[in-house]
Amino acid sequence: MIKRFVYSQKVAPYVFVLPFILIFLIFWFYPLVNSFVMSFQDRMLGQDPKWVGEANYSKLLTDKVFLTAIKNSVVYMLGTLVLLIPFPMLFAVMINSKLMVGREFFKSSFFLPALTSVAVAGTIFRLTFGEMEGSLMNSFLGLFGVEPIKFLKNGEWSMAALLILACWRWTGVNMLYYLSGLKSIDNEYYEAASIDGASAWQKFRTITMPLLKPTTVYVTTISIYAGLAMFTESLMMFNGNNSPKNIGLTIVGFLYRQGIEKNKLGYAAAVGIILLVIAMVINLTQLKFSGMFKKEED
Amino acid sequence: MKKRSTLISIVTVLIMSLVITACGNPSDSKKETQQLGTNAGENATELSFWTFVDLHGKHLDKMLGLWNQQNPEKQIKLNVTVMPYDDMHNKLLLAVTSGKGAPDIADIELGQFPKFMEGDNVPLESLNDVFAPYKDVVVPSRVQIYSKDDQVYGFDYHVGATLAFYNTEILEQAGVDYKTIKTWEDYKQAGIKVYEKTGKYLGTADTSATWQQSLLLAQQNSDFTDENGNPKVNSPEMIKALEMLVDLQKNNVIHTIPGGQPDTEEAKGEYNKGNYASALMPEWYMSRFVNEMKDLKGKYAIAPLPVFKEGDPRSVGLGGTGTVVTKNGKNVQLAKEFVAFAKLSKEATTEIWNTLGFDPINMDVWKDESVTKNPDNEYVQYFKTNAFDTLNEIKDEIKAIKSVKASPTISNIFNTVTLNAIFEDGQDVKEALDEAQAAIEQELK
Repeated sequence: MIKRFVYSQKVAPYVFVLPFILIFLIFWFYPLVNSFVMSFQDRMLGQDPKWVGEANYSKLLTDKVFLTAIKNSVVYMLGTLVLLIPFPMLFAVMINSKLMVGREFFKSSFFLPALTSVAVAGTIFRLTFGEMEGSLMNSFLGLFGVEPIKFLKNGEWSMAALLILACWRWTGVNMLYYLSGLKSIDNEYYEAASIDGASAWQKFRTITMPLLKPTTVYVTTISIYAGLAMFTESLMMFNGNNSPKNIGLTIVGFLYRQGIEKNKLGYAAAVGIILLVIAMVINLTQLKFSGMFKKEED
Repeated sequence: MKKRSTLISIVTVLIMSLVITACGNPSDSKKETQQLGTNAGENATELSFWTFVDLHGKHLDKMLGLWNQQNPEKQIKLNVTVMPYDDMHNKLLLAVTSGKGAPDIADIELGQFPKFMEGDNVPLESLNDVFAPYKDVVVPSRVQIYSKDDQVYGFDYHVGATLAFYNTEILEQAGVDYKTIKTWEDYKQAGIKVYEKTGKYLGTADTSATWQQSLLLAQQNSDFTDENGNPKVNSPEMIKALEMLVDLQKNNVIHTIPGGQPDTEEAKGEYNKGNYASALMPEWYMSRFVNEMKDLKGKYAIAPLPVFKEGDPRSVGLGGTGTVVTKNGKNVQLAKEFVAFAKLSKEATTEIWNTLGFDPINMDVWKDESVTKNPDNEYVQYFKTNAFDTLNEIKDEIKAIKSVKASPTISNIFNTVTLNAIFEDGQDVKEALDEAQAAIEQELK
């Protein structure tokens, strides 16, 4: 009986996807519904919840600190898209090239930062970008006669520092995605192009880039999410969740401040829902425009 | 050849990742639990204690030894867990409000205390009964700040009376005698001389802490909030305070400091280098000098704060950590008795001075010269003058700043936005304070 059940062609797919469905329901769908309900409540741990309707949402839309957090997260996300898609793609192509010497060495050195604890990396970057004359970056600039810069007190500089940290940390990972994408491109295309006398640039533009599109779409999708959800890097860089003039505050940082630091769980839940909506809208738009919803042509 | 290079790369990656993993997550590695009370018998009650200051655990260790000696029938073993500041407060708030996983005893910093007092169900035990025997010997305002509706919920380690710490070496180079600095105008003139003669600043313009605003408000008998606890940060007193600080900044008397305020790693580095000649900080800052600015030994003198006009109160109690008993404990009464003994008794407060260098809230200690002027005490040895000479001189002038529901929001907005806008970007004081008031009201809505 059990054997027949397990071997049944109709049942088997459901058995295989069951773990995913269960994980989805328990760890995603249930908390999501719960957060959605909570976002309409004034809720604090240890106190009885009060229903407040859409008050949390209307307060959020006029909360200047929240708007600053959204701006920071979006700028950071766009910055990571601009830096962490073309360069890793280029590095992957270079490393994949037969002319490349020390390929494995570069692969591991690029990937190494991803293994580093973000807490350690953030702290090191904080010291590197310190405002003292003796901090690494200012000592370096001092060689060229530049006055010390207060990197982490200035919006543009601190965003640059966060993006440098992101590049240092994620270039290797994205590069590996592209390397695996490159492996799936059939060499015959390049051979044919060579016979036709195509230059390296022409091959890259007309063969490599189009065939890497699925990888690019994937990397873009996860980068959008990762950019919007960034929190730990900023927490470590500014030695806490409170940066000067909130220049390092992200949406998740704001959620953490409200929910964990201030015990305003209802308000924090509303932030979470808005983050989800923003991420979904951007990602779905991006997927739509990249043609991912079109049925594959035979 | 290719195989070998792959192998080398893999080994390199493995070694590096091991090294980095060994560095670990600092917030985890800092968390450690240690059992205290080695002299306790087998039947001793086990209690747990969370703190964010390692030294506080050491103090309780000493007190535990005494308690177990004096109370053989009520012996205690204490499991102390030290966690980073934010981590500990966040975990404690979640634990006490959810009723799961909280320790028996915990330290809560004054600025975080209002979060634990919100709503009708305070998750902490009232300490009124164990406080009664000490009522007459402790500074009332330091108990008031941990109270709600006539119930006391925490006992502090110190008064935190704000004092002026002057680097006499730098001042002498500039021809300034710190004893002549009585008013803020004197402070300004002294600072101008110091900058002209030495190129150093007399003090700091703080951007990440509100010590300066607190002391300047207290000196004008004002506060961040009104009598009902509502924020009033754009009051005439606050404007006067900040405009004075901006004037000092413009005259190169004070200057912003890396880290944003004297009690940060970066700022202590600046003090060690001798770039700033004074710190106007609570008494507990003495422990930072002794433990983290050892090179400055013998250079610093302690004096009362300057005031707007002579006769104004010269100090304010700032900072603080209340030790509380949570409602989750197994033996709440024993925990309460021990906390009172470890924080308020004469033995305890003497040790608080000896070990921690704090000005204890039991005033009996302030009068006992065998304790306050003990030549073996490292805090006595470090400074050119004795802290208790100044403390006793100003003891009737130590004002308090209220810690109310709005306080964490006020400090948050001041320390992130307002003070940076004024001292780093030069925003107009009145405008910055109006914006701060609006932001605080919006946040508290």
